[in-house]
Amino acid sequence: MRANLRVFFIGGLIAYRGLFNWISPAYYIPTMLLGPIFQILFFAYLGRYSHSGSDAFFAVGNAVQVSAMAGVFGMALTIGGERWTQTLSPVLASPANRLALFLGRALPQIANGLFVSVVGFVAARLLLDFHPALASVPTLALVVVVTTVSCTAFGLAVGALGLRLRDVFLVANPAYFLMLLLCGVNVRLDALPTWLATIGRSLPLTHGIAAARRVAAGAPLADVGGLVGTEIGVGAAWALAAYAMLRFFEAESRRRATLDSM
Amino acid sequence: MTYLRIFWTGWFFQLKNLTRSGLFVFTSLVEPLIISTLSFYMFKAGHRPGTLFYAALGAGVLGIWSSTLFGSGGAISWQRWQGTLELLVAAPPPLIAIVVPLAIATSTIGMYSLTATLLWGKFAFGIPFHLVHPLLFAVAVPAAVVGLGLFGLLIASTFVLYRAANALANMLEFPIALVCGVMVPLSILPGWSNPIGWVLAPTWGVRAIKRAALGGDAVTPILMCVGLGAVYVVLGAYFIRIMERRAMQRATLSLT
Repeated sequence: MRANLRVFFIGGLIAYRGLFNWISPAYYIPTMLLGPIFQILFFAYLGRYSHSGSDAFFAVGNAVQVSAMAGVFGMALTIGGERWTQTLSPVLASPANRLALFLGRALPQIANGLFVSVVGFVAARLLLDFHPALASVPTLALVVVVTTVSCTAFGLAVGALGLRLRDVFLVANPAYFLMLLLCGVNVRLDALPTWLATIGRSLPLTHGIAAARRVAAGAPLADVGGLVGTEIGVGAAWALAAYAMLRFFEAESRRRATLDSM
Repeated sequence: MTYLRIFWTGWFFQLKNLTRSGLFVFTSLVEPLIISTLSFYMFKAGHRPGTLFYAALGAGVLGIWSSTLFGSGGAISWQRWQGTLELLVAAPPPLIAIVVPLAIATSTIGMYSLTATLLWGKFAFGIPFHLVHPLLFAVAVPAAVVGLGLFGLLIASTFVLYRAANALANMLEFPIALVCGVMVPLSILPGWSNPIGWVLAPTWGVRAIKRAALGGDAVTPILMCVGLGAVYVVLGAYFIRIMERRAMQRATLSLT
């Protein structure tokens, strides 16, 4: 148990420091902080011009979605990155508990995603017509935490593909951009064709963003309990899928001797 | 003649090189399709279907811009990572003559996105493709590609001493698109941002393409695009010379 906890906390932290390429301020500030702020502004102005929603609609949608910078790209780097650094074989040859090994890598990204999201909300509050009531902030924070965890579970599944694909960003990049379209970030689900909306409902962020919008508009937690519960369920399903994928790709990589393929 | 050969060889080689990169193909083809789909649904939701062709053109230019930024931001850094930067610097032609075709090649790839976005709009969303000035459109597109490519050259030459050049370049995608009026008109932006857009080639490139397609004076923006491109070459050559000298003095040319 103690060894598993060590792998979870210390292993996760070391993997974050070693593999998260954007950790230095020279990368972190433009990529993780300024980029998301500009994304929020871009879609808010596109929304103003298209008359498809208020500033608050785009501020909340994008400020929650930017947590995927850490949840999706961060996980892709910290799991898929093992291949680039040629450490995938030693990691998978170790007897460490796989659940502790991979979930430990998710923990720093959850904290990271939360921070990015908070910066997004603050920037939107300062730069756009977005003024949520102070009383809504604790509930909003809870919804954002749940959504970030769920998004990171999805990122774990994307990272799992890094065990199989040579360039995990070929999946991570479309995943990030498709979230902008499918998860109700910038377009309401009822404005999408049914099949696209159905895909959106099976992804993380969708229900969390819907809940966050209602909370920012003044709804109490009880009113969005169903949405938050669904977001937790979606996140749990992605976490299970990610774990199954990680084990499957690990076994397949051993069988095909493709762990070191670049 | 030698410079023409360098241009042709560099441009064609970089074009082939980039089309082999899955990530670059995603940036220039898949990402613009996602963004254009997103904007189509936003304009539909806002009950502004008349602006769908406007949105399609904007999304296409955004694709050219994304490719240029991604490719030019990394143009010199990639040479450094591959260990070929020293060879290029040591070669007899000036470095600027080698870098210009690399930058233009990245924006040329962006033409995929303009074509793909317009075809996607026509076949998936039924957006009519009707050009008010077809001949001017045929001039405006290459003018925009050259203008954006040379702006990319300026970015590449100024970021080259900064090791996180790619991060800085990626960050600029949305803000430059915003202040240049790629997807939204400049009139809805704060007034202070307009002068920034005036000195950036994407502003004139997108204006040239939109006016050639939708009507209006396209000649002035085409000339502005080409004129600004010439200014960028002069500035780019100056910055690259500074970079070369500093890198030689500090022996940091090959350091990643």
